[in-house]
Amino acid sequence: MLGLALLALTALTTLCRSADRTPRGDRWTITEREVLASMSLDRLPPLPPDASNAFADRADAAALGRRLFEDVRLSRDGRVACASCHDSQHQFQDGRPLGQGQGTGLRRTMPIRGAARGPWFFWDGRKDSLWSQALGPLEDGLEHGSNRTRLAQQLRQHYRADYEAVFGAMPSLDGLPSDAGPLGTADEKLAWSRMTTTQRDAVTRVFANLGKAMAAYERTLQPGHSRFDRYAQAVQAGDVEGLRVLSAQEVLGLRLFIGKAQCATCHNGPLLSDQAFHNTGVPARDPDRPDHGRGPALARVQGDEFNCLGRYSDAPVQACVELRFIATSDPAMEGAFKTPGLRDVALRPPYMHAGQVATLEDAVAHYRRSPAAAVGQSELARDGIAVPGRQAIRLTDEEARQLVAFLGALSADPETSGLPHR
Amino acid sequence: MRRRSLLTVSLFAATAVAMAGVLVACGTPPADLDLSLRHASAEGRFVAEMLPPAQGPAVGQMHAWTLKLTTPDGAPVSHAQVAIKGGMPQHGHGLPTQPRVTGEPAPGTYVIEGMKFSMTGWWDLHLDIATTTAKDRAVFNVVMADAGLKR
Repeated sequence: MLGLALLALTALTTLCRSADRTPRGDRWTITEREVLASMSLDRLPPLPPDASNAFADRADAAALGRRLFEDVRLSRDGRVACASCHDSQHQFQDGRPLGQGQGTGLRRTMPIRGAARGPWFFWDGRKDSLWSQALGPLEDGLEHGSNRTRLAQQLRQHYRADYEAVFGAMPSLDGLPSDAGPLGTADEKLAWSRMTTTQRDAVTRVFANLGKAMAAYERTLQPGHSRFDRYAQAVQAGDVEGLRVLSAQEVLGLRLFIGKAQCATCHNGPLLSDQAFHNTGVPARDPDRPDHGRGPALARVQGDEFNCLGRYSDAPVQACVELRFIATSDPAMEGAFKTPGLRDVALRPPYMHAGQVATLEDAVAHYRRSPAAAVGQSELARDGIAVPGRQAIRLTDEEARQLVAFLGALSADPETSGLPHR
Repeated sequence: MRRRSLLTVSLFAATAVAMAGVLVACGTPPADLDLSLRHASAEGRFVAEMLPPAQGPAVGQMHAWTLKLTTPDGAPVSHAQVAIKGGMPQHGHGLPTQPRVTGEPAPGTYVIEGMKFSMTGWWDLHLDIATTTAKDRAVFNVVMADAGLKR
């Protein structure tokens, strides 16, 4: 009995996080080891199928998609491709606070590696598939600024054989206006409205297939292993030498990340994102026009002709579980944005949905400050405003430095970065 | 012998007190959280039992639950209207999805589809239950861990 009681006390001392007082902090409890494993890339499940895109995993579609992704001809001024902002040499982003296409966008360009694994796309989740997402910028006046009939005609002119090898015969586009679409200029909209329903449908199907090819390419872009992943492997294997892949400061930062800094609450799983939407009181870029984020995007994705339940989707209704069970009445979605994954985070400042924060130090400072939200309510507990059961994020300056040091350990090793990974 | 068992008892007591303290200090859900998945509704009109999938679910995984609804004396309650809400009381946000009853395969047995927990931690589930003759609500608490639902 006495032995049992002592055993219980010993177990107890290993229960609480941050129990390790060793200088490097490499001794992890069973619970902590499980948290580290859950964040490691080895736990990334196989790429989930996309029932809405019948071509999602075809190599020929991906090869075509890659060429389309890099083709500047698909833009109004012939100078902007997807790859202009999603630069493969820079973690598929552009390093700018706001995307720059035909004009200046409203939000930060998002990186693409691992994107295929989330249910919602863009910062506000206004799209529900990678292919539907890829179509947005093509028709957005601030990005590619093109239109449907022009894009369909370009596909026919430059890519017909490859297109037909994947998607079958391309429809005749004879007699169609050169510039027409439902989202373009007034003239383009008028020209679109004068087309027959059959013509509009044929063009829109080519347009949707353009997105499906691009999505097939983007699905091949997966994150690479980082020093953190090797550390997590060493922890699981009890490999003392392997633990040295992280510095003492980085290990202390990791302990904060999964502990009192509360980062891992939302930045969880192998991609370090819960793929959900949160309002954390990030200041508006333009205080006069605060961004409402997920709130207004809910109606947009439900009404989108390219969503999982729409006529251009290949999915049976039963497969569209995210859209069928979309949460539409949560007031916390006002001013909420998707949790960004943190892989490669140190390589791609500036941060937040509109690049409001220049450095990782400033990003950590934001959470220490936990300001009130410009619109909606911040989820973060803060001094003077009690949230039952939650603590404000309190870090010393030294701890903030440790946390930033750890975030640097999430960058993919150069030798694995960008390799296709299925 | 008697002295030894007294020592054991006090060690156990110390462990229990320390355990409660540790749970609070770690910022985990309240120690007195009712995690029972079968209990009477708030006003005692129904007994509701919530059955999660046999394994998991993983954080972020879409999944289904089964609800078994009876009267207090155990008779199945058929054709009830059940509305599900939920969220994370410690974070101020709701469920990432809007689950709903999608079928009643047997009298008083309901399938709830569209369940997802996107984070570890304490989630609550509120069921508003209505039949033609009675209305009541039932609340359940669940705690998600990286390895799945704590059971």
